[in-house]
Amino acid sequence: MKFIDEYRDKEIVRKLLGEIRKISRKEIALMEVCGGHTMSIQKFGIPSLLPSSIRLLSGPGCPVCVSHRGYIDRAIAFGRLPDTIITTYGDLIRVPGSTSSLDKEKAEGRDIRIVYSILDALDIARKNPGKKVIFLGIGFETTAPGSAAGILNASKEGLDNFYLYSSHKVMPPAMEALIDEGVRINGYIAPGHVTTITGPEIYVSIPEKFGLGVVVSGFEPVDLLKAIYMLVKQHETGKPAVEIAYTRAVKAGGNQKAKAMLEEVFEYRDDWWRGLGKIPQSGLGIKSKYNAFDAESRIEVAVEETREDKGCICGEILKGLKTPKDCKLFGKVCKPNNPVGACMVSNEGACHAYYRYNR
Amino acid sequence: MENKILLGHGSGGQMTHDLITDLFVRYFRNDYLGPQTDSSILPVNTRNIAFTTDSFVVDPIFFPGGDIGKLAVAGTVNDLAVSGAKPLYLSCSFIIEEGFPIKDLEKIVQSMADEAAKAGVLITTGDTKVVDKGKCDKVFITTTGVGELQEDQIHISSGNKVKPGDKIIINGSIADHGMAIMAARNELNIQSAITSDCACLNGLIAKALSASSNIKFMRDATRGGLATVLSELSSGKNYGVHVEEDHILIKENVRGICELLGFDPIYVANEGKVVVVVDQEDAAAVVDSMKKHPFGRDAAVIGEISEDHPGKSWLTTEIGGKRLIDKLAGEQLPRIC
Repeated sequence: MKFIDEYRDKEIVRKLLGEIRKISRKEIALMEVCGGHTMSIQKFGIPSLLPSSIRLLSGPGCPVCVSHRGYIDRAIAFGRLPDTIITTYGDLIRVPGSTSSLDKEKAEGRDIRIVYSILDALDIARKNPGKKVIFLGIGFETTAPGSAAGILNASKEGLDNFYLYSSHKVMPPAMEALIDEGVRINGYIAPGHVTTITGPEIYVSIPEKFGLGVVVSGFEPVDLLKAIYMLVKQHETGKPAVEIAYTRAVKAGGNQKAKAMLEEVFEYRDDWWRGLGKIPQSGLGIKSKYNAFDAESRIEVAVEETREDKGCICGEILKGLKTPKDCKLFGKVCKPNNPVGACMVSNEGACHAYYRYNR
Repeated sequence: MENKILLGHGSGGQMTHDLITDLFVRYFRNDYLGPQTDSSILPVNTRNIAFTTDSFVVDPIFFPGGDIGKLAVAGTVNDLAVSGAKPLYLSCSFIIEEGFPIKDLEKIVQSMADEAAKAGVLITTGDTKVVDKGKCDKVFITTTGVGELQEDQIHISSGNKVKPGDKIIINGSIADHGMAIMAARNELNIQSAITSDCACLNGLIAKALSASSNIKFMRDATRGGLATVLSELSSGKNYGVHVEEDHILIKENVRGICELLGFDPIYVANEGKVVVVVDQEDAAAVVDSMKKHPFGRDAAVIGEISEDHPGKSWLTTEIGGKRLIDKLAGEQLPRIC
């Protein structure tokens, strides 16, 4: 398969591993920020191939995992309102809220529908003019442009029953916050899809302020190993920088059209991250111009008090301070079919990936 | 005969009788079905019979490579065949939604008859219920089967003779059925030429059994895919299972859809794939015998039973890394069969 096979080529992988071994002297800890990377790393068994001096840590890049429990609680509360349809990506429906989850609410008869795109949600709104249709917008710079396009379409059409409940977040503030929190890493494997939209410029402050390398990677083994090689080299030579190991997708400046849509619809705001707390200017709220589509400001609802689970160390796992294997609940109480923390729910969650491939 | 199923077709009265006579019996015709008693009375000459049942609620009911009827026959035939039994007789129960077109039902029944004929089994008894519109989705089918089991094949379903060194064989490409169903569901707007591998495997399995008297274990890799079979094979045992991703065949278009939708093909359902564990001495002979059968042309050894990692199943990935294979947690795709 084109664009896949050449990036899974055993011979290239072998050569890259040889190069990495040749230059790697110092211990190095690298954080893959993106959940897609976590999944690929585990699925291809990459840790078993690397020298023991290289440690990979999973970061906060699974949108489901970093969604704050209070967000789920409010989504559930919206779903309990009369004449309301909740539309969501499938991953979110099993995430536990404080006392319920969207799939439990669905079984109770609430109208909660899984969609593959915000366009499906718009369609549902068109077909149900008497009902409020709320789309749960989660994800980073990758999915946010889709949500922006949804609002722009709704606005153009004059749909008056469509709302976005935004939990959209941006990456760089979280990457900086982690270092501020004392997470000990030597470099970031930066998310390929996010950077395709934003361009690599968003990371320039990280080498400058913190002296850490950032290499943007794709999702195939050759991409990841190339990124690891580049980060090891930066570390060994003491020259941290922003580099791209995913040039077939990531270009300087990013995707101008998508960025313009983001700019049009969203504004930065302080936002809650599961495990990381409130991070300044890390979330995307809807601009007042499009307030008519903002579920948070337009639909009043009473939300139960948010309660966190005792014993779940998702927070520390997201910060890379601990691995899923350090958690007492992992694999015992907390399993993919009975997740306690959000990291076990999503395919891209660190705990889910470890459970499946590296237990 | 009406052109739609009515509630009365499930009443047990005349309409039910007519439906059975005019449709089911017409297609399934045989001596044992003829008397239309509550149970069919079957001659059992052997001391061991294999007996199994399975329900089918696949959505959509017609898909590339098969339909719910073919699936219902193949699923139960395969459950018998992988136990080492010779499948002989099936029953079928229909739960039908009011308003379901008779034409579609006939298509399904015909396909069951065709598949049963190919597999050399007889459908000798059945039941029909009709429920109000909206109370079930189109049609659900339950099939039950019995097969004859020779004394020397009894160990196969438990796998209690498996030991390190034995080879693991599969009869072809994986993930075809699951991805054919996904692609056939309109919600994804995917157009593909993926065909389900749905097929009765008893002919193929008979060939394998005749090629070796050292077959230790067989299982059809249905829901939960190849991964679930391998994981169950090693679970709680004092040996490990080791397979090579490089040796596992996945068709290009199937791989494409798996990549697109984020499915790991080793977890995706098959309906015409059997995993066989055989003594290493006989592995080549079993593969050769399978290759001669239309459903085994791509048969290959994909791994072996090892002393390492007892109780676990491991995969060497296509790039040479190692990772654990676990059972599928939760439902990957609802209503796949």
